[in-house]
Amino acid sequence: MKLKKLRTRNHRVVLNRSAGGDIGISFFLILMGLFMFLPMYYVIIQAFKPLDELFMFPPRFYVIDPTVENFKDLFSLLSDSWVPFSRYIFNTVFITFCGTFGNLLIASLAAYSLAKLHYPGRNFLFQVIVLSLMFHSTVNQVTHFIILSAFGWIDTLLSVIVPAMATTIGLYLMKQFMETSVPDTVLESARIDGASEFRTFWIIAMPMVKPAWLTLIIECFKNLWNTGASIYIHSEELKTFNYAIQQIVAGGIARSGAGAAATVVMMIVPITVFVFSQSQIIETMGSSGMKD
Amino acid sequence: MSQKTATKRPVQRSEMSKAQWTWKEIKRNKTAYFMVAPFMILFIIFTVFPVVLSMVLSLTDFNMLQLPHWLGTENFSRLFLDDEIFILACKNTLIFAAITGPVSYLLSLIIAWFINELPPKIRAAVTPIFYAPSISGQVYLIWKTLFSSDSYGWVNATLMDLGFISTPVLWFEDADYVMGLCIVVALWTSLGTAFLAFIAGFQTIDRSMYEAAAVDGIKNRWQELWYITLPTMRPQMMFGAVLSITQSFGFGAIVTALCGFPSVDYAAHTIMNHLDDYGGSRYEIGYASAIAVVLFVVMITCNIVIKRALSKVGE
Repeated sequence: MKLKKLRTRNHRVVLNRSAGGDIGISFFLILMGLFMFLPMYYVIIQAFKPLDELFMFPPRFYVIDPTVENFKDLFSLLSDSWVPFSRYIFNTVFITFCGTFGNLLIASLAAYSLAKLHYPGRNFLFQVIVLSLMFHSTVNQVTHFIILSAFGWIDTLLSVIVPAMATTIGLYLMKQFMETSVPDTVLESARIDGASEFRTFWIIAMPMVKPAWLTLIIECFKNLWNTGASIYIHSEELKTFNYAIQQIVAGGIARSGAGAAATVVMMIVPITVFVFSQSQIIETMGSSGMKD
Repeated sequence: MSQKTATKRPVQRSEMSKAQWTWKEIKRNKTAYFMVAPFMILFIIFTVFPVVLSMVLSLTDFNMLQLPHWLGTENFSRLFLDDEIFILACKNTLIFAAITGPVSYLLSLIIAWFINELPPKIRAAVTPIFYAPSISGQVYLIWKTLFSSDSYGWVNATLMDLGFISTPVLWFEDADYVMGLCIVVALWTSLGTAFLAFIAGFQTIDRSMYEAAAVDGIKNRWQELWYITLPTMRPQMMFGAVLSITQSFGFGAIVTALCGFPSVDYAAHTIMNHLDDYGGSRYEIGYASAIAVVLFVVMITCNIVIKRALSKVGE
């Protein structure tokens, strides 16, 4: 048998990889990377452009004389509004924190129960959760309005926070991750030592699924952080930062610098959270699979 | 049926009827129900009940002010027979979903596969670039600046500079372009959770499987993908498909943000926008519920059909 020369990379044999394929793949990745990255990059560049460069023809993909003027404008524009700027930020942070924390707490508890305890109705409950992943929650927004007004929650922050606590995607990922990464034997020995089910959950299971917390947090965080003009809230002092940005951008072309600055402020937070939790999130997603 | 639970001895099934046994099991697992209850209560209030309520209200003329009257299926016949804009919205939504769903799914899969070929350090640096647009919220508004209708828009400026056009094109106000542009922007924001699930899926595959496959005569990376990787990743592919389909039917906010409401000649009007219009602005709750029910049924059906099809991959 004729032996063919094996390709190596870092002194390891590389199987089934042709050089042509490597080049093709790199080319495709770079192309797609540019498509994804350039608009993001353009926002950042716009945010640092002084006024005369914003109106330069043709528009440039670089900035000659970078300035933080747009960020300052953003603060002065918002401080002119009759609701203080800090109020919008507080609302966004408050909604995001309460909603995410609530979701983390009750979804983990439910995930533990669905993953690790056996009782009648368990599979049915999980099937319903999976079914809920199959339609978009905005389908329910009309009836949400009726329910929220029955509770008297219209025009309160509760109308955004409480429904967000019942987000199913985090629960789904948490449950799948618990199934594979929390061994039954460990739980068993905790119970033999006399720990209650709640204690077993809190002391044993929860610390073992930290990667799943982060995943649930980012799933919930990204929606709440980006809450815009909710149809359930009309008081100006309860509106979110994202809503304030929309108002600035709606101010037209003269505001495009401040608008870009605001967008940069908004996007930096979720991206930073993701970059630091990336490896744990990917670890959780490893068990995300759905069975037929 | 073996029940493995620690605290107390599982009840012997043979000693009693099924109902009695179930009741005993329920009592024995009280704590488990307590644990699942807080989530389930909120889930029922904000997800299950609204769906049921929509179905009921879709058969009435409820408008938030007067007591509802029973209409039977009148709302649905009005939707499909008298509402030309709804038919247009259906057409747009189906085009939107038929393109963004599969394309975003394949892009997620292919990019995740390619990223997986990179060394771990580079992989960690590249992943956020692809994932960032989907978590950055309003950042897609930059497309409005890029495709701005005056010569300050980058696309218009470049095309004018190169001499392809002499006057700026009104991208988001031209019925010929809005749909295509919205699809591009939707795709740009679509590498989300499914994409991460795929990256993870590729990483969980055991290297030794590829070595064994190479011995068995797998010749290139495409065969590797088809015969080994994809069948092993089927659960992730299922999960990704569900998310992609749901997402592809849910685009509505992007259209409103980019094209205004309504979009020019309703050229990019989706069922979501139609729902917003009747539910959020006109308060015709009964009629809006009928729209929601149609959308709900379409999404669920599509998901179930695609799941069936995917379970045959690699068989």
